[in-house]
Amino acid sequence: MMCCASKMFALTGWPAMSDLSAHPVSEPRFYSTREHHPENGTLLGFWLYLMSDCLIFACLFAVYAVLGRNYADGPAGAQIFDLSTVAVNTSLLLLSSITYGFAMLHMQRGRSRLTLLWLGVTGLLGAGFIFFELREFAHLFAEGAGPQRSAFLSSFFALVGTHGLHVTFGIVWLVTLMVQIRKHGLIAENQRRLMCLSMFWHFLDVVWIGVFSVVYLMGVLS
Amino acid sequence: MNAHSEHGSHGAHDAAHTGSLKDYLIGFVLAVILTAVPFWLVMGKRVDSSSIAAAVILGFAGVQTVVHMVYFLHMNTKSEGGWTLLALLFTTMLLVITLSGSIWVMYHMNHNMMPASMHGMHGMHDMRNMP
Amino acid sequence: MLKQVNLTPLLLGRLTWDAIPFHEQPILLGTFIAVALGGILILATITYFRFWGELWRDWITSVDHKKIGIMYIILGLVMLLRGFSDALMMRAQQALSFGHSMGFLPPHHYDQIFTAHGVIMIFFVAMPLVTGLMNFVVPLQIGARDVAFPFLNNFSFWMTTFGAVLVMMSLFVGEFARTGWLAYPPLSGLAFSPDEGVDYYIWSLQIAGIGTLLSGINLIATIVKMRAPGMTLMKMPVFTWTALCTNVLIVAAFPVLTAVLALLSLDRYAGTNFFTNNLGGNAMMYVNLIWIWGHPEVYILILPAFGVFSEVVSTFSGKRLFGYASMVYATVVITILSYLVWLHHFFTMGSGSSVNSFFGITTMIISIPTGAKIFNWLFTMYHGRIRFELPMMWTIGFMFTFTIGGMTGVLLAVPPADFVLHNSLFLIAHFHNVIIGGVLFGAFAGVSYWFPKAVGFKLDPFWGKCSFWFWISGFWFAFAPLYVLGLMGVTRRMSHFDDPSLRIWFEIAAFGAGLIFLGILSFIVQLVVSFKRRESLRDTTGDPWDGRTLEWSTSSPPPVYNFAFTPIVHDNDTWADMKRNNYIRPQTGFIAIHMPKNTGAGFVIAALSAVFGFAMIWHMWPAAIVSLAAVLAAVIVHTFNYDRDYHLAANDVLRVEDVRTHGLASHV
Repeated sequence: MMCCASKMFALTGWPAMSDLSAHPVSEPRFYSTREHHPENGTLLGFWLYLMSDCLIFACLFAVYAVLGRNYADGPAGAQIFDLSTVAVNTSLLLLSSITYGFAMLHMQRGRSRLTLLWLGVTGLLGAGFIFFELREFAHLFAEGAGPQRSAFLSSFFALVGTHGLHVTFGIVWLVTLMVQIRKHGLIAENQRRLMCLSMFWHFLDVVWIGVFSVVYLMGVLS
Repeated sequence: MNAHSEHGSHGAHDAAHTGSLKDYLIGFVLAVILTAVPFWLVMGKRVDSSSIAAAVILGFAGVQTVVHMVYFLHMNTKSEGGWTLLALLFTTMLLVITLSGSIWVMYHMNHNMMPASMHGMHGMHDMRNMP
Repeated sequence: MLKQVNLTPLLLGRLTWDAIPFHEQPILLGTFIAVALGGILILATITYFRFWGELWRDWITSVDHKKIGIMYIILGLVMLLRGFSDALMMRAQQALSFGHSMGFLPPHHYDQIFTAHGVIMIFFVAMPLVTGLMNFVVPLQIGARDVAFPFLNNFSFWMTTFGAVLVMMSLFVGEFARTGWLAYPPLSGLAFSPDEGVDYYIWSLQIAGIGTLLSGINLIATIVKMRAPGMTLMKMPVFTWTALCTNVLIVAAFPVLTAVLALLSLDRYAGTNFFTNNLGGNAMMYVNLIWIWGHPEVYILILPAFGVFSEVVSTFSGKRLFGYASMVYATVVITILSYLVWLHHFFTMGSGSSVNSFFGITTMIISIPTGAKIFNWLFTMYHGRIRFELPMMWTIGFMFTFTIGGMTGVLLAVPPADFVLHNSLFLIAHFHNVIIGGVLFGAFAGVSYWFPKAVGFKLDPFWGKCSFWFWISGFWFAFAPLYVLGLMGVTRRMSHFDDPSLRIWFEIAAFGAGLIFLGILSFIVQLVVSFKRRESLRDTTGDPWDGRTLEWSTSSPPPVYNFAFTPIVHDNDTWADMKRNNYIRPQTGFIAIHMPKNTGAGFVIAALSAVFGFAMIWHMWPAAIVSLAAVLAAVIVHTFNYDRDYHLAANDVLRVEDVRTHGLASHV
């Protein structure tokens, strides 16, 4: 009787009688009878997307590196860049990074109103960044230093403009998320979205480091 | 039904994605310094050699990038079982290859194939002045 | 009345009645009529069988990776017919057009055909076929219920499909690009291609490219996060390993394509000077960047095929794969090295000897891990009990064909040799050799291998073998002459030749194309015959080949949830391990299963993106603005949908599993 029972256990993939002491849990060998939820992949997935976005910027930086001195007898960086505006913009973006950080800290403590407050501040700082950047672009266009003037200017506008588009998209996303937090609160799904936007926002600040260093500062130097 | 939407949300409390106030403030202060110094150097024209200035600017940019990664993006070796860092390193490698590869290749292409070099008049007809 | 006159160019951009080929070549008109009739027939059939509801509910809005995988394969096979039609026309033209005879295709038309042929074959045949296989198989192989982001998966599919739709539209509304499949500037710039052709190219690829990128992210997250308990990385099936590396390549390479095409668009739409001849532009930078994408792209195509062959060889040799670890390392090495060889596509552009030498050496090095793989497959077969089922035949055909193609690649890797052979027919023969012999044979092997799993019955072996023999003989007749011609100095993309002594080679090549046509016909017959004979070909056990990996533990086709209980993995070749240990399938005790809901949002957003693309192509600015806003709105609206999943009740699971239990019992 016992040997039949142990054979039956072996056939069903259950651990042998002698094994039960070593494996006290009654799980069959080849499958789990409990509900299995794989880990959520959203944060990894979004990080991977950010890496791909990074490579788009890498291409734009490469184009800028190769074509960025082709002035075509037109204006060069030193003649058109206003570093004080760039300094203001850089400060706005850097501040917005830390204000987003404050929003995340409040999110972790479940304080949705304070989260929304700091998100709003972040959005306003981002909007300020876009405002000054658009003003700079308008000024350049008016001076005849638009993207059609030379390969240098094409590369400049492509790189800086793409970054600006990303910031704009981030602001749209931020506003949408604020509405969703007001509607549903800081549920797990919204927290995941806030973390994704956080990664996106900080990443844009990292790209800006590259932009102000390579485009503006080095552009003024040469 | 909402109870089940909590499943798989363990990532929300993954240590890698939470920062502390201290982290953000340290990162912010470092970033401000690493930004201000290059601006100060260039705006005040305080370095004579432009290649040294360029190296300093790029150096500070590199360090500030790391500061952002660590203090704002909470980059560490544990996040997502190390996959986050691996992805970042792989992307960095590709970035370096794309940038250095393109610059190297195009420098040679331009040197061999662009009109100014054809006549051996190096430096006389600079590309920057070709209309 | 005056207002209406001014409104038309505003609303319709540069689209006019002239764009529709009523007056054009009889071929185009004939194709249009055939497609229109065929399309009406299909729509009528769907309506007659009242299939629209089921089509929308169960297929178009499905987030099930299995259905999406099947749809990708269907897309790839349908587009193969279009791409191959282009090939037939080219072969015919080149066999006819000598001396005074100009053939039947003027250069204006011929140039569009070879461009479309390349674009379609790479982006809308090869990519969907490998993506479809990975989509269908990977979650099953790792013991998961679906991919990490099921909605994104559906969206990716529709973006790819609408990209294909845009290319197909270029046949009947306006014209396609005449630049070759990579659209080099300055030819593809505004000055030399002012019409809509290059814009069709750009927008269809940008839209499809977004789909592909998201698919890459999806599959990486799936493989990293959703493996069954116990399945460590080194216990994954080799196909899953190659899928992981392929998707890493996708995420790492496609952004470059996106960026480069965006810059070309800026040149064409905004008058920028990235790749123009004046004002500082540099067309060589385009070539440089596009091949930084282009070389990883061909590895994206071939790695899944290598994965298929690994699975097929071990299954049909009845043996564990030889050298699992070295296979994994070889795949990873190929992934990394594929970023260091791109310049070999333009040795002749003038970068000089130091640059050329570096890339020539790296190109030769990258052939080594592939060689290691071939030896591993051979060692797997050695002392195995080989069964020459159809997938195995495709595999052996691949080993022979691809190896020769690879060797010609190493020959081309030598820069001085490449200076003679670049852009000759030798090059064309080489890449068709490796793509047909590698990617296409791999896709056919994969399709015939996993078809019973997907559909529930095997493919008819006789017609499959006909298809195989037509394909492999056709391939060699079609492309061996091109090696000869290339060595003699004949250039690619020519629609007319003066030297009549070359003609015999082109005639042999045309004969080869005819054999391939019979191969494709045999495949279609195979599908029809298999469907008719499906009861006698029925896969009753779910394991028709005595497989070794987890997908064969499910029914054919698998239930919507794949596994009633999540598997626990102990060893490589998990299913073989389970069979060896007398695994018995549970028949009771099922629990409720958490499943994602179907949604139409992916289809809608993709369709709106296609409208945007069409509007941009034809300079219909108001329509472009409105459709772009609609895309953004649709995306935002979708994010407000938090109700994305449901639970399949334990009783429903039991009912599905009972059907399988009875099926297994009655066929013992």
